[in-house]
Amino acid sequence: MTRAAIKTEAAIKVISLRKDFGAFTAVRDVSFEVRTGEVLGFLGPNGAGKSTTMKMITGFLIPTRGRIRVAGFDVSRQPIEVKRRIGYLPEGAPAYDDMTATAFLDFIARVRGYNRRERRERVAAAINKANLGSVVHKPIETLSKGFKRRVGLAQAILHDPPILVMDEPTDGLDPNQKHEVRELIREMARNKAILISTHILEEVDAICDRAIIIAHGTLLFDDTPQQLLAMSTVHNAVKIRFEDEVPAAAEACLRRLDEVADVIFGISAGHLTVLPDGGASIVRRVTQLVRDEGWRIEEIYVESGQLDEVFRRITTRTEPVPGDIEP
Amino acid sequence: MSATGAILRRELGNYFATPVAYVFIVIFLVLSGVFTFYLGGLYERGQADLQPFFTFHPWLYLFLIPALSMRLWAEERKAGTIELLMTLPISVGEAVLGKFLAAWVFTGIALALTFPVWLTINYLGDADNPVILLSYFGSFLMAGAYLAVGACVSAFTRNQVIAFVISFVICFIFVLAGFPMVMDVFQGWAPQALINAISSMSFLGHFESITRGVIDFRDLIFFFSFIAAWLLANAIAVETRKSD
Repeated sequence: MTRAAIKTEAAIKVISLRKDFGAFTAVRDVSFEVRTGEVLGFLGPNGAGKSTTMKMITGFLIPTRGRIRVAGFDVSRQPIEVKRRIGYLPEGAPAYDDMTATAFLDFIARVRGYNRRERRERVAAAINKANLGSVVHKPIETLSKGFKRRVGLAQAILHDPPILVMDEPTDGLDPNQKHEVRELIREMARNKAILISTHILEEVDAICDRAIIIAHGTLLFDDTPQQLLAMSTVHNAVKIRFEDEVPAAAEACLRRLDEVADVIFGISAGHLTVLPDGGASIVRRVTQLVRDEGWRIEEIYVESGQLDEVFRRITTRTEPVPGDIEP
Repeated sequence: MSATGAILRRELGNYFATPVAYVFIVIFLVLSGVFTFYLGGLYERGQADLQPFFTFHPWLYLFLIPALSMRLWAEERKAGTIELLMTLPISVGEAVLGKFLAAWVFTGIALALTFPVWLTINYLGDADNPVILLSYFGSFLMAGAYLAVGACVSAFTRNQVIAFVISFVICFIFVLAGFPMVMDVFQGWAPQALINAISSMSFLGHFESITRGVIDFRDLIFFFSFIAAWLLANAIAVETRKSD
């Protein structure tokens, strides 16, 4: 491989990955890439194979088939080189509970081979970044779920790794903590390749440049969150709230417009949703009609799409392949 | 090697951070005192040696050492920290060695704290100090053998009680290898070569020959290769079963 090729290779490259546990296939022929400067959201229902894939990328599990390259190193051939370059937050943020956060981070820094001065600096920086300040001298077992998660986060970013793999980094955090962690991830995203798994859909929209969806071990979607939203049946739908009842002629008039697929009445009176044909932009035509007809409306807005609906549609499309037995 | 050192430090710190270390040391010291002076009859023998003291070590270790080693890997599995540990840039060998050495250093500390017994015997008479020193060394080696078994067994389960019981049983077999209680199980069906091999692996046999004050390299080689073999099995167990 030439020098130039190494430079442009993706930070994480997963090629035809497969993992079997006995007769059960947890991950089936999954391929994707994460580039530096990119935050990739890894979506999927529980048990879809997200964690298993992450465990293989970080060298904890050995793939049944397929290859993984991290920072140009093959995970199965040079696991130590790969582990040096990855910061990993495993699911549930496991840590040595009897240690204080400082002692724990110092241990991690020692294992990563830093000398005394570097350790002090690294630990202080990680504590600062993860906002651990007030609890650093308490045993980890006494900390709240949010702080425990942040200790795990501090551990993962301690060596300022070029690649971060985080399994549900915001799971169990309150809305403020979620916001903080997302800010931190966004801040770090500029010069790192970040892979986060989540089942919180707003998170993808909030911090990810790209999303992949996996279900029953199979990769089903790999594109931007915007593209994901565009797949929603309500993408570009126009919602109208009338001041009073919906005018009698409204439904028929709206249906007659070009590129309108359907008109649906809301549950409460005065609400109406106009669905476009294949996600076409119909808002101009609808507002024009409202003006022409002189309907009195409270509000009118364009729906960008509902992620949970798309997510449900994509992930329930494929059923487990017959013959697979759940473990 | 810095990773092994880091793990050694952490594990050793863990013993002292919890009551385990103090409970272990106190019980070890009290029991070895009781055994030496009452059951062993140190005063009554009228000899200035520590034979009664060392005689009971294999039996003390039998239930005390599995208590020390049972948590080494089982706890990591139970808490899920094994995933953290094995995704840090260290090899399985470094981790296995670090944990084993931590437990071994700890038993070394406990053993060193029995020094009042040594002071007593020197006060009472003209003790054969080289033999005593050699016996201490032999006892320390034997403790390492128990620990290697315990650490390996601990890697197979996430349940510390199971780790304790299985380690106890395996150590018991090795303590009594060569004695009828164990040999009768193999007698009659196993080939003679296997029977000879098992009876040559008795902890008691090798330990007693060291405490007599004879340095036989076969005893040293036995303990060191025994430890190495169990640690190798430990590493394989961790590597293949870490995610179970």
